[in-house]
Amino acid sequence: MSDVGSTSTAGGPLLEVTDLVKHFPIKSGLLIDREVDQVRAVDGISFSVNKGETLGLVGESGSGKSTACRAVLQLLKPTSGSVKFEGQEIAGLSRRELRPLRREMQMIFQDPYASLNPRKRVGQIVGDQLKIQKVASGKALRTRVEELLERVGLSPEHYNRFPHEFSGGQRQRIGIARALALGPKLVFCDEPVSALDVSIQAQIVNLLDDLQDEMGLTYVFVAHDIGVVRHISDRIAVMNHGKIVETGEADQVCEHPRDAYTKKLLAAVPIPDPRESRARRERAGTTG
Amino acid sequence: MPPESEKQGTEAPIPTGTGALDAGLGIESDGARVVEAEAGDGRQAGGPWRIAGRRLRRNKVALFSLAIFFLIVICCLLAPVWANHVADTGPNTTHTLEKLHVNGEVREVVEPSGKAIGPQWFEAGGKFFLGADGHLGRDEMVRLLYGGRSSLFIGIVAALITTLLAVTLGLLSGYYGGLTDTFISRIMDVIWSFPVVLLGIALGIALAVGGLKLGPIHLKSSSLWIPTLIIGVVYTPYMARPLRGEILALREKEFIEAAVAQGASDRRIMFIELLPNLLSTIIVFFTLNIANNMLLEATLSYLGAGVQPPSSSWGTMISEGFDALYSQPILTIIPGTAILLTVLSVNVFGDGLRDALDPKSKVRFEARAGTAAEMDNPV
Repeated sequence: MSDVGSTSTAGGPLLEVTDLVKHFPIKSGLLIDREVDQVRAVDGISFSVNKGETLGLVGESGSGKSTACRAVLQLLKPTSGSVKFEGQEIAGLSRRELRPLRREMQMIFQDPYASLNPRKRVGQIVGDQLKIQKVASGKALRTRVEELLERVGLSPEHYNRFPHEFSGGQRQRIGIARALALGPKLVFCDEPVSALDVSIQAQIVNLLDDLQDEMGLTYVFVAHDIGVVRHISDRIAVMNHGKIVETGEADQVCEHPRDAYTKKLLAAVPIPDPRESRARRERAGTTG
Repeated sequence: MPPESEKQGTEAPIPTGTGALDAGLGIESDGARVVEAEAGDGRQAGGPWRIAGRRLRRNKVALFSLAIFFLIVICCLLAPVWANHVADTGPNTTHTLEKLHVNGEVREVVEPSGKAIGPQWFEAGGKFFLGADGHLGRDEMVRLLYGGRSSLFIGIVAALITTLLAVTLGLLSGYYGGLTDTFISRIMDVIWSFPVVLLGIALGIALAVGGLKLGPIHLKSSSLWIPTLIIGVVYTPYMARPLRGEILALREKEFIEAAVAQGASDRRIMFIELLPNLLSTIIVFFTLNIANNMLLEATLSYLGAGVQPPSSSWGTMISEGFDALYSQPILTIIPGTAILLTVLSVNVFGDGLRDALDPKSKVRFEARAGTAAEMDNPV
């Protein structure tokens, strides 16, 4: 539905992830914790994202999509692997070294209720990054924040409101304004619509789409709903048990899935027509 | 998902005012929520603090308790006025051999048998308003007011010390975790493993003998700061532990992750993201802590490990009055009632404050001060 597909081949890879691994140790022991086992949340994934495109990352709950996002953004320290942003290696950088890069990479969170500090005003939530990165302060900051609020479909009068005064959809708009405050190049959308009403989901997805055209954003769009991902993505990577099982152009992955897991995932998309739904299930080779 | 109306929905919101109303179907449902939020202003508008203030204002019992507490504080602050202008004596001045002229008759302040004069109310112009305190013949009312100053000072300042220590330690151990957390938590466990009163007595007696020397600070053994410091330190784990727990829960929230993703420093996350979320708990703990501190002060003073004679506090007054419990029970009842009233008013207000600030939370300041609780009402 958008023309972003044409720009997908224009630039070189903005982000290049190679063999990224994130394991969580399971510790046990009375006095001294010993590592007894580990959860392989992300188990060696590689992908690249080109400038201006949208990469969809799908998979069931617990397949490691969110962990992958956080490991790429260095919100979680990756166990091993390389993350290159514009050719620069960022895995293993200290928080201070990462600070300037935070302007370029941002994240939109899943739960609009947990991702906004209940004790901060909207203006502060959106404007704090301008302050942290020492870009603007005082009146300039306020003007910029009010512009951002308008751009994401809120009113500038919401500047002094608290998050509890907003609905889920509005809160997600605040989250989007926060992520876009400094005009990042790459935005990770971690299931930005899965906590919202279906009617609001469409609005948020379209807002993201418009903002991409307008600001030349690159998205990594995470979701468990392959329908939503297909709608917004140029390319799709399918994750299962911490590994990427299939990558390809969005239409190709959805129409001609190669991997068995992708087929199951596609078969699980609800179809309004029961007859077609049954036919599709049979084609995918699953029953039930 | 009809793509056309979706598209319209997100393009529309740029203009404010009437422009937004012309938007497609998509935006209207979200727009309706804006109106809804504005319509609900009467109840939900304003920050969390203003909402809490409104809730507190509706709680008349809590407000009444606060008024009583302030009344007690004001009375105690005015102690020198009463002492100099009404009773004409000091809190430690003895009147053993003096005689009082009341309505033409002469009364001895302390009878040869050792029995002190009872309450004179205003018959002697305010002198010996509540009588004298046993064989030394000191003015009970003056001592009560000055004792209240000590008790309130200890209660409030010790609560400040506890809060400062607990917030610092709680933030450090809850936010950094790992070795820092282990180190701080184990120290807290050591303090926690002693019964509060026992630890208080041990520290109190040790410091009451030699005073306290900490670098340039030298506290005399009779200083009020010694029981204040002891009580402040002894109660720290009771506040630091729940705060740490709350920080551990908050730290996992996505808004902290969002702050990290923005490049916020540790200090910024602690003070701008975490602390405001802890404030309501801190305020409630602080208030309830004052009541607990006053009880512990009374206990320690009663046992001789708190405020040292001749200074008065409500605890020492109970202790002194105990000698004459059968002949003059009023000497114990008066300071006991003062403690009861103050502690009760602080506790009721603290409960109201908790209900107003955080109706869902179940935080309680439960110290193991069983002995102290028995002490507050010796009648």
